[in-house]
Amino acid sequence: MSHHNTTHVRTISDDISDITSQNPELCYQCGKCSAGCPLRNYMDEAPNVVVRYIQLGLYEKALNSATIWLCAGCLTCSSRCPKNFDLAKFMDAVREIALRNGIKVKDKNILKFHKAFLRQIKNHGRSWEMGLVKDYKMTSFDLFSDVENSPKMLLDGKLNIFPHNVKGKDKIKSIFEKTEVKKCK
Amino acid sequence: MQIGYYPGCSQEGTAKEYDKSLREILKILNVDLTEIDDWSCCGATSAHVTSHKLSLALSARNLALAEKQGMKEIFAPCAACYNRLASSKTELQNHQEQKYEIETIIEEKINNIPEIYNIVNFFQKVGKEKITEKKKTDLKNLKAACYYGCLLVRPNGINTDDSEQPDSMEEIVKATGAQTVDWNFKLECCGAAHSIARTDIVVDLSKKILDDAQKHGANVMIVACPMCHSNLDMRQKNIKSKFSDYKVIPVLYLSELIGLALGLSKKELGIDTHFIEFDLPIKNNVQEEVSA
Repeated sequence: MSHHNTTHVRTISDDISDITSQNPELCYQCGKCSAGCPLRNYMDEAPNVVVRYIQLGLYEKALNSATIWLCAGCLTCSSRCPKNFDLAKFMDAVREIALRNGIKVKDKNILKFHKAFLRQIKNHGRSWEMGLVKDYKMTSFDLFSDVENSPKMLLDGKLNIFPHNVKGKDKIKSIFEKTEVKKCK
Repeated sequence: MQIGYYPGCSQEGTAKEYDKSLREILKILNVDLTEIDDWSCCGATSAHVTSHKLSLALSARNLALAEKQGMKEIFAPCAACYNRLASSKTELQNHQEQKYEIETIIEEKINNIPEIYNIVNFFQKVGKEKITEKKKTDLKNLKAACYYGCLLVRPNGINTDDSEQPDSMEEIVKATGAQTVDWNFKLECCGAAHSIARTDIVVDLSKKILDDAQKHGANVMIVACPMCHSNLDMRQKNIKSKFSDYKVIPVLYLSELIGLALGLSKKELGIDTHFIEFDLPIKNNVQEEVSA
């Protein structure tokens, strides 16, 4: 990055560069990412607009967008970008920074699902669907969706009653403790 | 042939039939899978959307375990696990400083990360002619739409297949004797991990995929990812209740299709655990037919 000011203050854009090993300034706003984004119709801002907000220093707008949570990480944009800018990775970094800053997430249940999923991994080392569903339903209060699918899956042996705990469970827990993103005070 | 195996969490739960069908067909094809001892979750979508380091560390632990257990090659049948492991490998190899940091976090050294195969690359290695040789059932009435989803060939350069117009899965499917159709949505996203929190999105996106396949003459969908499978199979019930004129289509894992060609039954392959029930237009025992 070219900074003419020698007393450069660290910005969110610098944090994104660090997390992703790529500079958001790379993007020249052609819009090819947004044109091919399968989730665009459900987003509030087009993906390239979120990049533009970061480039212009309008961080609040980027961090508060629903777009960053709706991005499914399908990598269509990252594969097509003429500048080889990995937009999916950029979105990961913006979400991480939003979490660090305690930003109120617009599509709350999406984050609640991810958190419930990660709690299974942190506790057992592998995903445990029964625990995940219970955890998600308790935290999202979305109690009745998909209940009709559970009996068949139980009968087919696809929902394990008990979790499998890996031998290195403590190591997994320690990985989480060292890397989980926590809200800055 | 022997190869390291990273099953992934779904293979022990919602995608049990993917694991079961793979193990059954590999007995016939004489391939030994050695499971990575004490493997853990790759972090999946939920890790990389919340913490870059967590995602990298969770995948790296498994790569380090495989290396420590002497594996030179590992096979990850779940497209999502494959993608996490392969992307992490690239990142660890290209960024030394990041590698050192991750080594400290996971308390393991990483030197020679094994080669990572997705299910299509894996069958290329096994040899598609082996499938043709041992074929017992005639699948020529099957018109398959090969669905790659997002994570099998993206990002561009993750493997040798083209990230816009891949055709490697079709090559394997043709080796089973089934036909393949040309269609437009082989790489469109099904909504993936939004399945539970935003079922509405997954229903919309999956319907577009299933409609396009059927419009192009497909009578079966072939997938390589437990997430894609549950969205395309289980969510057809939601699609049907929203659109009454919608016609259902069976969704098979690539391993299940190969198993049918090798003469295994739907029950042996776990196909009876799918949500969409169906009869396939296939005839058993090619051999008997030829000799008759």
